[in-house]
Amino acid sequence: MTSSKEALAHSASSADAAPGDQPGAAGRAHGRGTPPPGSTSWRSRLYRWDMKASPYAFIAPFFIVFGAFSLIPLLYTAWYSLHNVQLANLDGQTWAGLDNYQNLLSSDFFWNALWNTFTIGVISTVPQLLMAIGLAHLLNYKLRGSTVWRVVMLTPYATSVAAATLVFVLLYSWDGGMINWLLEFVGIDPVNWRESDWGSQFAVSSIVIWRWTGYNALIYLAAMQAIPADLYESAAIDGANRWQQFIHVTIPQLRPTILFTVVVSTIGATQLFGEPLLFGGVSGSKGGSEHQYQTLGLYMYDQGWIIGNLGKASAIAWSMFLILLIVAVIQLLVSRRLRKSQ
Amino acid sequence: MRTSTRGSRRVMALAVAAALTTGLLAGCAEDSDDGSSGEGGGNGGGGKTTLTVGTFGTFGYKQAGLYDEYMKQNPDITIKENVTTRTDVYWPKVLTRLQAGAGADDIQAIEVMNITEAVETQAAKFVDLGKEVDKSQWLDWKNAQATTKDGKLIGLGTDIGPMAICYRKDLFEKAGLETDRTKLAEQWKGDWGKYVEVGKEYMKKAPKGTKFVDSASSVYNAALGGGPKRYYENDGTVVWDKSEGVKQAWDVAMDVATSDMSAKLKQFDKPWDQGYANGTFATVACPAWMIGYILEKSGDAGKGKWDVAAAPTAANWGGSFIGVPTSSKHQKEAVALAKWLTAPEQQAKVFAKQASFPSTPSAYSTLKPAAATTEYFSNAPITEIFSASAETIPSQYFGIKDQAINTALTDIGILQVEQKGKSPDEGWDAASEEIKDVLGQ
Repeated sequence: MTSSKEALAHSASSADAAPGDQPGAAGRAHGRGTPPPGSTSWRSRLYRWDMKASPYAFIAPFFIVFGAFSLIPLLYTAWYSLHNVQLANLDGQTWAGLDNYQNLLSSDFFWNALWNTFTIGVISTVPQLLMAIGLAHLLNYKLRGSTVWRVVMLTPYATSVAAATLVFVLLYSWDGGMINWLLEFVGIDPVNWRESDWGSQFAVSSIVIWRWTGYNALIYLAAMQAIPADLYESAAIDGANRWQQFIHVTIPQLRPTILFTVVVSTIGATQLFGEPLLFGGVSGSKGGSEHQYQTLGLYMYDQGWIIGNLGKASAIAWSMFLILLIVAVIQLLVSRRLRKSQ
Repeated sequence: MRTSTRGSRRVMALAVAAALTTGLLAGCAEDSDDGSSGEGGGNGGGGKTTLTVGTFGTFGYKQAGLYDEYMKQNPDITIKENVTTRTDVYWPKVLTRLQAGAGADDIQAIEVMNITEAVETQAAKFVDLGKEVDKSQWLDWKNAQATTKDGKLIGLGTDIGPMAICYRKDLFEKAGLETDRTKLAEQWKGDWGKYVEVGKEYMKKAPKGTKFVDSASSVYNAALGGGPKRYYENDGTVVWDKSEGVKQAWDVAMDVATSDMSAKLKQFDKPWDQGYANGTFATVACPAWMIGYILEKSGDAGKGKWDVAAAPTAANWGGSFIGVPTSSKHQKEAVALAKWLTAPEQQAKVFAKQASFPSTPSAYSTLKPAAATTEYFSNAPITEIFSASAETIPSQYFGIKDQAINTALTDIGILQVEQKGKSPDEGWDAASEEIKDVLGQ
């Protein structure tokens, strides 16, 4: 089993080799050529040029789009974050140096948002991935209509955040919502899901879990199906039951996939925005009356688009970027650790 | 066995690909969910001029058939409306488009809480409409709000929000309260505190599952709209924490928030809409535009059960303007349309359909709500009630960050007291912190 990084390195080296091969191939074509000499040289030059330039032309759209919609905004945001910029006066920016960042570090709202992002991230990602593995394991059994189950699992993911969240808002409604109604049915006091501290975070997490569990389960399932059947057979011969097979064969084999989903989910959790915004309804960017579920994404939106302080919002955006880099480094170290222990 | 796994793997791949694409498509759909497709001007087919009108919420122009009427009168004009439901999404978008000098609609609506920001920071981006219209048609204070220091009028007044109280007659009767609108108005006349007293009476015998009012914030906004001063002095200095109007409104709202008479809903939220449909609150502070909202959300179930009484004090809540950005490629046509849409006759038509109250006094004598509306609100003389309120509305100055300060007070301060059981002082402090952040202090 190659790790994902080795696989990446391998594909990279083969990509490197490819351009080198091409001229040689062109040369052979030229040597074998039979048309009249005059047109051959022109044609072959064109052909060689085509061989050299076309790959760049083919990959250009990605880099142009990436440059226009990712790189330039990224750099521009960095520039903005060092200025005092108001939404109503984009041209009248004044140099602020690191003021915006200092402002953030001394702001309770920022630390609160950072902490919320972390807690909501944990209570949404951990159960979500655990459930996804379980579901994938179940789906990996032979069962009737397995395709149907798989497609059904993907439907939450295919639903728009807006539509899903609106339904959840009604379910979690303080007065007359179905969840409080069920709680009342079993004798528990209704919870103000939107304003209570842990209740609101739980509610937001549940939307995330609902949306992404099936998606991750399918990724796990795909990885599970790639596990060679003889591993299970030999495990069975050794007397391992289903559960032991799951723990000792499936989970170790899935390790790179698990790491991948953890990385992707962490990035998603750090950027969490749509669910809490819509869950909050009107003035949702505040993340509740005590900012109890205001994530970094929401805080950035609130600063930039509601309050109109684009300089500070840009500083938040860059802080998020830096946090993601730190997270990436930690994950790299962890994965290295894991591989060594393997 | 082998082929079957391969087959199912292919199905899986297909399913994943399908899910990814639908995800992308859903992403696109979300974007257009909150409104406009963002086309600026441009010629439609057949050599016609297409004018786009950017609005938020429900302006009632389409509902009252004004666009169709105008297009019939002017066959070379096609009108397209780009609606963004939420103001907090709408306004930042307009600001960026105005400054980019592209993408703005030919006519752009401006909410009253944003008008000062528009006047003070975006005046150069709007056509001066002062020379195009007879300004005396509008209420003076309405014009003043949209006029720059050097006398440029950047927006024409659409509606205003004179205040009344809409109440559920049937629930009042069950609670053993007065149901006659004039007598009720007498009971709370002059003081929002008296209105809260009626609420306390109501709660003594409240029909099961109902509260007196939808939210403390709505009472706050209603009371604030009747004060002389909001968050700013007329010269633009922030005085939100010293303003007498804010203090009075806050105290009334705290009275509501701490006495269990509120259904604790957030206005313009889905559960609030449901509250209308299920009749879970007996009164709501009712600026004229709220009439249309109640009609829509309370639906058939509320027919004939609602009534309208005069508010404790005359107050204004909401109201908008429409302006023509200089980036419009069809300025002349857009100005003509804006003039026509805000003319007294057209404002009267919108009132008939949507009960949005005109900002042009000459329309008042011709106002007639639609028969269905009158019937819905127990034949209440809404024209007289709102006109009387409109005549005595104090002229208020809105500051640049008016909306953000207001949100901090209602959705942070009041909500903490109302829904989290904090003390009024704690609520006030939390709002102060928030406002400091808003003002960058």
